Amino acid sequence: MWSLQINRRYIKQFDWYMLSLLLAITIIGVMTIYSATRPVITTVQPNYYLKQAVWMLIGLAALIATVIYDYSWLRKSAYFLYATGIVMLLLVLLIGRRGLGAQRWLELGPVSFQPSELFRILLIIGISKYLSAIKGHLTKWPFIISLSLFGLLPFVLILKQPHLGTGLVLLTTFFFLIIAKKVEKKIMAALIIFTLVVPPVAGNLIWRHLKDYQKNRIIAFIKPKADPKGIGYQIEQSKITIGSGQALGRGFLKGTQGPLRFLPEKHTDFIYCIFAEEWGFVGSSIIVALYLFLFLRGISTALKSKDEFGRYLALGLTFMLFLYFVINMGMVLGMLPVVGVPIPFMSYGGTTLITNYIAIGILINIRMRRLAICY
Amino acid sequence: MSKEYFDRYLSVTVFVVMLMMLILAMRIYQLQILHGRHYREAANSNKIRVIALPAARGIIYDRNNVPLVKNEPYYYASFMSETTNTIDTAGLSALLDIDRMRLIAKLKKAQSERFKSIVLKEGLSFKDVARIEARLSDFPGLMIEPNLTRHYVFDSVGSHVIGYIGRLTARQMLSSDYDNITPETLVGQWAAEAFFEKKLRGSTGERIIEIDALGRELNLIGQTEPQMGNDITLSIDIGLQETAEKAFHGKNGALVVVDTRNGEVLALVSVPTFDPNDFVLGIETEKWNALNKDKNNPLINRALQSTYPPGSIFKPVVAAAALQEGIITEGSSTVCRGSLEFGEYSFGCWKSHAAVDFHRAIVESCDVFFYEAGKKLGIERIEKYARLFGLGKTTGVGLRHGIDEKDGSLPSTRWKQKKKWFLGETLSASIGQGYVSVTPIQAAQMTAIIANEGIVMPLTLIKGGNSGKKFDRLDIRPETFNAIKSAMYGVVNEAGGTASAAKSGIAHISGKTGTAQVIAGRTKTEEQKERYRDHAWFIAYAPSEKPEIAVAVILEHGGHGGSAAAPIAKEVIEAYLKGRDGK
Repeated sequence: MWSLQINRRYIKQFDWYMLSLLLAITIIGVMTIYSATRPVITTVQPNYYLKQAVWMLIGLAALIATVIYDYSWLRKSAYFLYATGIVMLLLVLLIGRRGLGAQRWLELGPVSFQPSELFRILLIIGISKYLSAIKGHLTKWPFIISLSLFGLLPFVLILKQPHLGTGLVLLTTFFFLIIAKKVEKKIMAALIIFTLVVPPVAGNLIWRHLKDYQKNRIIAFIKPKADPKGIGYQIEQSKITIGSGQALGRGFLKGTQGPLRFLPEKHTDFIYCIFAEEWGFVGSSIIVALYLFLFLRGISTALKSKDEFGRYLALGLTFMLFLYFVINMGMVLGMLPVVGVPIPFMSYGGTTLITNYIAIGILINIRMRRLAICY
Repeated sequence: MSKEYFDRYLSVTVFVVMLMMLILAMRIYQLQILHGRHYREAANSNKIRVIALPAARGIIYDRNNVPLVKNEPYYYASFMSETTNTIDTAGLSALLDIDRMRLIAKLKKAQSERFKSIVLKEGLSFKDVARIEARLSDFPGLMIEPNLTRHYVFDSVGSHVIGYIGRLTARQMLSSDYDNITPETLVGQWAAEAFFEKKLRGSTGERIIEIDALGRELNLIGQTEPQMGNDITLSIDIGLQETAEKAFHGKNGALVVVDTRNGEVLALVSVPTFDPNDFVLGIETEKWNALNKDKNNPLINRALQSTYPPGSIFKPVVAAAALQEGIITEGSSTVCRGSLEFGEYSFGCWKSHAAVDFHRAIVESCDVFFYEAGKKLGIERIEKYARLFGLGKTTGVGLRHGIDEKDGSLPSTRWKQKKKWFLGETLSASIGQGYVSVTPIQAAQMTAIIANEGIVMPLTLIKGGNSGKKFDRLDIRPETFNAIKSAMYGVVNEAGGTASAAKSGIAHISGKTGTAQVIAGRTKTEEQKERYRDHAWFIAYAPSEKPEIAVAVILEHGGHGGSAAAPIAKEVIEAYLKGRDGK
């Protein structure tokens, strides 16, 4: 099973379509990072775009490595991988490096990375294994076990860092996947009631535990004008940046909002704005379409997977990427509060990019081996 | 199996995904198409200015921590706006006292730069600043911005070492070394200012502000602080430098003082000097022309860029070669009858020395002795030893950028490739004439090597620049150096020595005189016209017993080294010794 399972047939089945979408979006991202970080007074171009390009190449290598072995090894070692992920999260809390008010990085010699990023994939692998091992729908005890093991435990650990955005994405992905498995009617009913009742009650409790910057983001979202220099200013400028692109945009490297730092996180979370400013509605729609094709491809991979594990895995990974995309877009378009969530493949950031490439690698892997091969 | 359920679930998912994408697309449509114009206007009315915060250059200190330069603020008027059409150009040109057509051209350029300012007038006096400040509101977009300039505290003293800064040249603008700076930044253009540019230059900060229609600051959007450059401490002693420059009494020449214990250059003189302060904000055309046309070439660093025949100061090198190679011994002697007949040519000596031994041949600078030694040595071995003493190649002391240190020249049969090498040329070379030429700094390094009995130290202009380095030692016997040093002591301190004018009451000085022929022939120099007169050389080290400094002096058209150059060296050495004991 561990022997190299690449034969011509697999290469023929390789999902070039998915890879092309991925590369197109990433390269657009690198270009936009270049534009966003242009200097104004001095002439030195920060090397963010180069770093991102290097990470893209590393991601590509990781993607190919992910594709080589049949993904069934992921199923076999799913719990081990998941346990490793949990240990990494604990390590971050204990010995992690603090940066930007949060403790998210682990240092491994010269490289530092954010375990919560890689953990996203390990979690989905874990849930997929658990769900695919259960016959029929999810009953009470398996639900409770999976909820505490795959839902609440990682959520609490990530919230501690604190990394609210990722925490919420993962919890939502968890619920999305268990519903895909089909849960007992009673549990479903409980879930619905819970969703309707808890937020108002828990909201108050959560509010008190939120960090100041998180509170500010919510206040700013509700009343953007109240805080023109802070987060509200950021949301307002984000909308101005996108809107000023109009139909055709200002043109590549002609945008003014990014280099002038109206947007504090112009090359990370708000990279889409810079693109929209320069390429206008035409470009913005094309980007949205590229993402849509990518997500649909992911869902179709889930549909065609040869086994149940592959189905949950493909669906989970696609849904996670989709959530990141939607939350980021909702945020930059002024439809959601500012949660620090990057847009997949475009935002500047090494760990996130490489992790997302691995996720796409798994999707390609599942699709490539969708037809059971008999020897 | 729940495959059907799962497939149905996927259908719902696809529906939800597409619905969400549609909502996003609609929102984008709303922002970019429906409200696009509004947001475009909002973006354009983001009145943003980016103001450069000039970074201070590092200070250049002398070895005693005396600052040689000061950073001083100056102001310039600049312009930034998208509404230049409405500007009263007549009024503005009167206010700034600049030509109206030039002003209009500059304003046009300002239109293409949305956030950066365009410099209209530089070097404003405080009076100008006050006058313009009062009328800023009449000319929206007009600003007064600060920048930093350099003041060279000692004016022309040491100008050939310290150098000057100035505006970016066209070549520098294209070079990646000057990437991270604003066009207004003044950068090192010459000597130390240019050579240590990377260290001295800070990094410009920027301040991004939102302004109102009158250009008043509303909001600070972002700021990066400027970073000051690093200071450097030169090995130069500015007091000694000044003494040395004055010792030339207005005559042209060069002088280099090297600390023989560490290779640090204590003074590097090239006279005449110039005032680097004239260069900083752009030199006036008349001054520039005057400097360039000046026959005395003040813009040449003679210590590094001028080569002269070494004359008799070359004799210690030939002596080292001859002693080391066993051509002569300390006991060798010859009879000088005022000339050496060689074939149909006669090679003259400056006087008839009668019987001279090695010691007297150096003390009294007998040419005939060295003709004979040189004849036996051959040009190849002379060249080899000259190279060991650092001649024929740059010292690498630095100060590139506008100052190309010269190699000097050492003849060899190889060097004079095509033509036949005449033995007579070897004879000329053995007394430092003919094709041999050296720079004053090479002469100083050579002297230091003799004083150090063969230890070769790279020269440095930075205090402590050689600390921790290991130095090579020439493979020459100590007895050889003893003989040469004893003779050089005699040159100054014994009866009949050619440099008795350098004899000092404070400490013993050892040295060697030299005369660099400007034209061939041996007319008595005092009768010659000034510009045909020979250059006077003197190399020296002191104290003789335990050398601390080595000095090389050349006085252009000074005549004999002993009478003209030796007193300058003496004055500098005494100033050094007094300064040392004074502290």
